[in-house]
Amino acid sequence: MSKKSFRQAINEALRLEMRRDPRVILMGEDVAGGRGGTSGVTDAWGGVLGVTKGLQTEFGEDRVFDTPISEASYIGAAAGAAATGLRPVAELMFVDFVGCCLDQIMNQAAKFRYMFGGKARTPLVIRAMYGAGFNAAAQHSQALYPLFTHIPGLKVVIPSSPYEAKGLLIEAIRDDDPVIFLENKVMYDDEEDVPDGSYTIPFGEANLTREGDDVTIVAFGRMVNFANEAADRLEKSGISCTVIDPRTTSPLDTGTILDCVADTGRLVIVDESSPRCNLATDVAALVAEEAFDALKAPIRRVVPPHTPVPFSSTLEALYMPNADKIEAAVKSVMSYRMKEEA
Amino acid sequence: MQIARDILLRSYRSMRTIRDFEERLHVEFATGEIPGFVHLYCGEEASGVGVCANLTDTDTIASTHRGHGHCIAKGVGVDGMMAEIYGRSTGVCRGKGGSMHIADLSLGMLGANGIVGGGPPLICGAALSHKLLKDGGVAVAFYGDGASNEGSTLESLNLATVWQLPAIFVVEDNGYGEATGASYAVAGTQKARAEGFGMPYYECDGTDFFSVYETAGEAIRRARAGEGPAMVHVHLSRWYGHFEGDSMSYRIDGEVARERAERDCLVNFRRRTTEAGLLDAAALDEIDAAVKAEVEQSVISAKAAPTPEDADLLKDVYVAY
Repeated sequence: MSKKSFRQAINEALRLEMRRDPRVILMGEDVAGGRGGTSGVTDAWGGVLGVTKGLQTEFGEDRVFDTPISEASYIGAAAGAAATGLRPVAELMFVDFVGCCLDQIMNQAAKFRYMFGGKARTPLVIRAMYGAGFNAAAQHSQALYPLFTHIPGLKVVIPSSPYEAKGLLIEAIRDDDPVIFLENKVMYDDEEDVPDGSYTIPFGEANLTREGDDVTIVAFGRMVNFANEAADRLEKSGISCTVIDPRTTSPLDTGTILDCVADTGRLVIVDESSPRCNLATDVAALVAEEAFDALKAPIRRVVPPHTPVPFSSTLEALYMPNADKIEAAVKSVMSYRMKEEA
Repeated sequence: MQIARDILLRSYRSMRTIRDFEERLHVEFATGEIPGFVHLYCGEEASGVGVCANLTDTDTIASTHRGHGHCIAKGVGVDGMMAEIYGRSTGVCRGKGGSMHIADLSLGMLGANGIVGGGPPLICGAALSHKLLKDGGVAVAFYGDGASNEGSTLESLNLATVWQLPAIFVVEDNGYGEATGASYAVAGTQKARAEGFGMPYYECDGTDFFSVYETAGEAIRRARAGEGPAMVHVHLSRWYGHFEGDSMSYRIDGEVARERAERDCLVNFRRRTTEAGLLDAAALDEIDAAVKAEVEQSVISAKAAPTPEDADLLKDVYVAY
């Protein structure tokens, strides 16, 4: 156990699984970098943000290799390789680039097993960065997990911390279904204690980062940190919150969400993806349908506006959910009074 | 080139099976009993069979929406295929794929594909598996002149050369992408595209089994020897519409009739093999009769087979969830 960054945790998960299983390969744009350059330096970048640094040096060019900037072909190749005996981890760099290769994920990898009557296995992991807060503007900042969650056949993972990232990525690589693994680009330098060895965190089992009596907060990915921050502040003003990190949006641990809402009677959902048809909407529908009687107040969603992610820091800050907005939403549901009580 | 008698007989049987299977589907579709879309491969049989006669079960192919011929050529059984097309639980995909998604990974058949240009990237991946797992296999993408304009196809040509994959790109050029002529929709030439991506270009007559077998055989031999990808451009003609029900108003009267009369791969094969004394007519007649009975039985079995259970709706979305 030692302090590790989110970046190190992911690198370690990849390294441990590649040592364990020779069928695990890593491909993507500049996952190593340097091939074909004039300096002759290999493993020049180790990923655009250095997440995969050193893996090509350890495992060689047959198992860690760069792709042309050509998402449709290499994401499709990863799907085809997964269906024929390898266990590829393909890096899409920014999840926004899925626009160039969605067919290969949505119509091919996700559907092989069902279309082929259960005869295919597609042990594919697609890693990609998501999220605003980096001044990366509209084409490099989206949180597209609702898009993938919508597609049957895919599993979708959004780790909220270094510890979570390592255990969930090892689980993803060992999983026999296609997994979309989304890393918030703002979190790569976040640090916490992470075991040195291998461990897995199962999919579809939510983690409660805070437990309280008054309000349930469901938050995804980086939003879990904001929710914890808000919950700690609210605790000081006498409002106790449960914070749920679902860890995976597909499968989704609906049981834990419903149990917690049954206990608290109030629900706030924090989701940094665009507000229409996002995870907050999905969880709100679940609770409205399955736990209507438990609710003491309307469900509140803390989500961005229905706009592209803006560039300017001023506008980006306005766009993003944060602890203040969560705190305000929690207070609003706490102060809500039913009409007959008013 | 001397081709072994068993390969000739097997290839003739495959081509005859495809022809009878497709002609029968054309008839059955008109009765309204077959659900969904059906795209027939009649007229193109020598292409799929000529290529696949060079392959084993270790090798992988990816097909298209017009995939029945490739499935049969790669060894998928007609009973399971017919039942699948009828949406029955005895189908090769248990009735959950249909005509456009027939697959059998145990035979290296990575699936027909409902998406034009869907196969070439997948075949790069299958070729990567063959290369890294060192199983000696090659991977073949069949795609049409229409799919040759998809970005995914062009990216795959690039990737296959960059990674020096044992991949073969077979362009089945029937002159039409749906209802639009290749003379309009394909800029430049397939040859220039192959050469532009640094891979050898071969072309052959897709109505002549021997032409396809020998040409594809050379491309496959190279790939198997680690010499990299190649393109095989197969010139052929489809005898039915893009899909069943297509009136083909975009083709001049007599175009298909002339193709049928002059470029029938089965007639050509029979003439060539019997005249050269490679096969005798009686052996071919025997295959014709056996295939006729087999296709007939596949329709009878499919119609009698059960449809999927309600519980099947939720099965096999995931390995585990």
